[in-house]
Amino acid sequence: MTRFEDELRNNNFVCSYCMKCQHFVWPTSEFCNKCLGDVTWKQVSKDAKLVEVSSKNGKYFCIAEFEGNIRVFGSLLGNHPRPDQNLILEKCSYDERPQFVFK
Amino acid sequence: MKKVAITAVGVTKFNKSEKPLESMMLSSIRPIFENAKNLEQDDIDVVLTSTNANRNYLANIISELSGIKPKISHSVESLCNSGTNSLVSAYAYVSSGLADVALVVGADKADNPGLVLNWDTSRGEYRHPIFWSSMFTSAHMRKYGTTLEDLAYVSVKNHRNALDNPHAYFEKPFSIDDVMHSKRLTENLRLLDCSMPCDGAAAVVICSEEKAKKFTDMPIWISGIGQKTISASFTKNNDLTSMESTKSAVGDAYRMSNKVAGDIDVVELHDAFSICEIIELEDMGFCQNGQGSKLVRDLHDTNNKKVNPRGGLIGAGHPLGATGIAQVVEICQQLSGKAGKRQVDGAQTGLVHNMSAGSTSSTVLVLES
Repeated sequence: MTRFEDELRNNNFVCSYCMKCQHFVWPTSEFCNKCLGDVTWKQVSKDAKLVEVSSKNGKYFCIAEFEGNIRVFGSLLGNHPRPDQNLILEKCSYDERPQFVFK
Repeated sequence: MKKVAITAVGVTKFNKSEKPLESMMLSSIRPIFENAKNLEQDDIDVVLTSTNANRNYLANIISELSGIKPKISHSVESLCNSGTNSLVSAYAYVSSGLADVALVVGADKADNPGLVLNWDTSRGEYRHPIFWSSMFTSAHMRKYGTTLEDLAYVSVKNHRNALDNPHAYFEKPFSIDDVMHSKRLTENLRLLDCSMPCDGAAAVVICSEEKAKKFTDMPIWISGIGQKTISASFTKNNDLTSMESTKSAVGDAYRMSNKVAGDIDVVELHDAFSICEIIELEDMGFCQNGQGSKLVRDLHDTNNKKVNPRGGLIGAGHPLGATGIAQVVEICQQLSGKAGKRQVDGAQTGLVHNMSAGSTSSTVLVLES
């Protein structure tokens, strides 16, 4: 179990972050993908932007972007979503896979 | 670098069976030795296997089972473009002079573990490929006005082409209405817009120019290769209306072969889903951006088999490790004038496009007679 998964289970999204390169390493890794140096864990903002959206059985799923470079698939609450609209991470969790819910 | 030719090909029926992977591979190898002149097991000095089946020592096992004692043998895995990746590796061995003759064989079963990339945590709980396909579709619809009917034309055309391919999984035609009313998987993806995972195997022999003359009077030359991996995570595709890895790979393949899209007579491209064919036609320069749907309709309306003559992945089926090699087999048959009812008249230059994991990686080959 990684810190990433543990924190998601507690409804908290943290991501690996390279202090030297000043950027989030996503998907999470023990090494920076620019300098291959060590990373730390950093809180990810709950603010996100909608990249693209579709639906299945009347429920929206989407790609949302955090911090300008962390993109994830998640569920989306609400009506008539449009790309570039601002989203808030309503809930996150981990049950064999990461789970993100936006509104 | 030495010139490299494809001199013999083999492919099995794509279906769902109880047949073991090794037997499927040997079934695609057998016609190679039956049909190639002067080719003996002792001529082969490389055996590469392409599969997602997590099988240890498979290339060596296949070598033993087919009576070959190669200098070099190993497996190549890269999800859906494993097949062309193995071919590119074989090309490198032969063009460098490290080997003269390579046998490349790919196979997978319908339930192979390469269908979903579990590593990609950015997909969250939406890990199945239908979800990335749906994202490409949403983006293309929004930017270019692509419709569900446009997507259906891809499926209808490729299923129709598959009717003339005796190795194809599907053996019946589907109408626009059939596709439009097939099971809805997401708001913009129907079941018949999807390729079908199935069992299948395909094999080719590639060799140096000197050896090619011994084995065939009609070598097919590999004149262009392009490969690009942008990431393993689908969400690293920045522009969802195009495929960055495909654009990079096709550019390299065109440069290496000194060809442009207008020179290509016949194409096998990776239509994992209907939207893929539309985007790939645009990204590889066969039409302008936003005109892929119109090109597909024109091909359909004129019964033109230039694109995916064997039925593509949608019509022929998609046994991952075999797919790229089966695409190469089809283009070789086309350029040899041996494609039967699928034959594109006068085809002299062909292109293979094979990609993986939502186009995070693409391979493009240009072949010439």
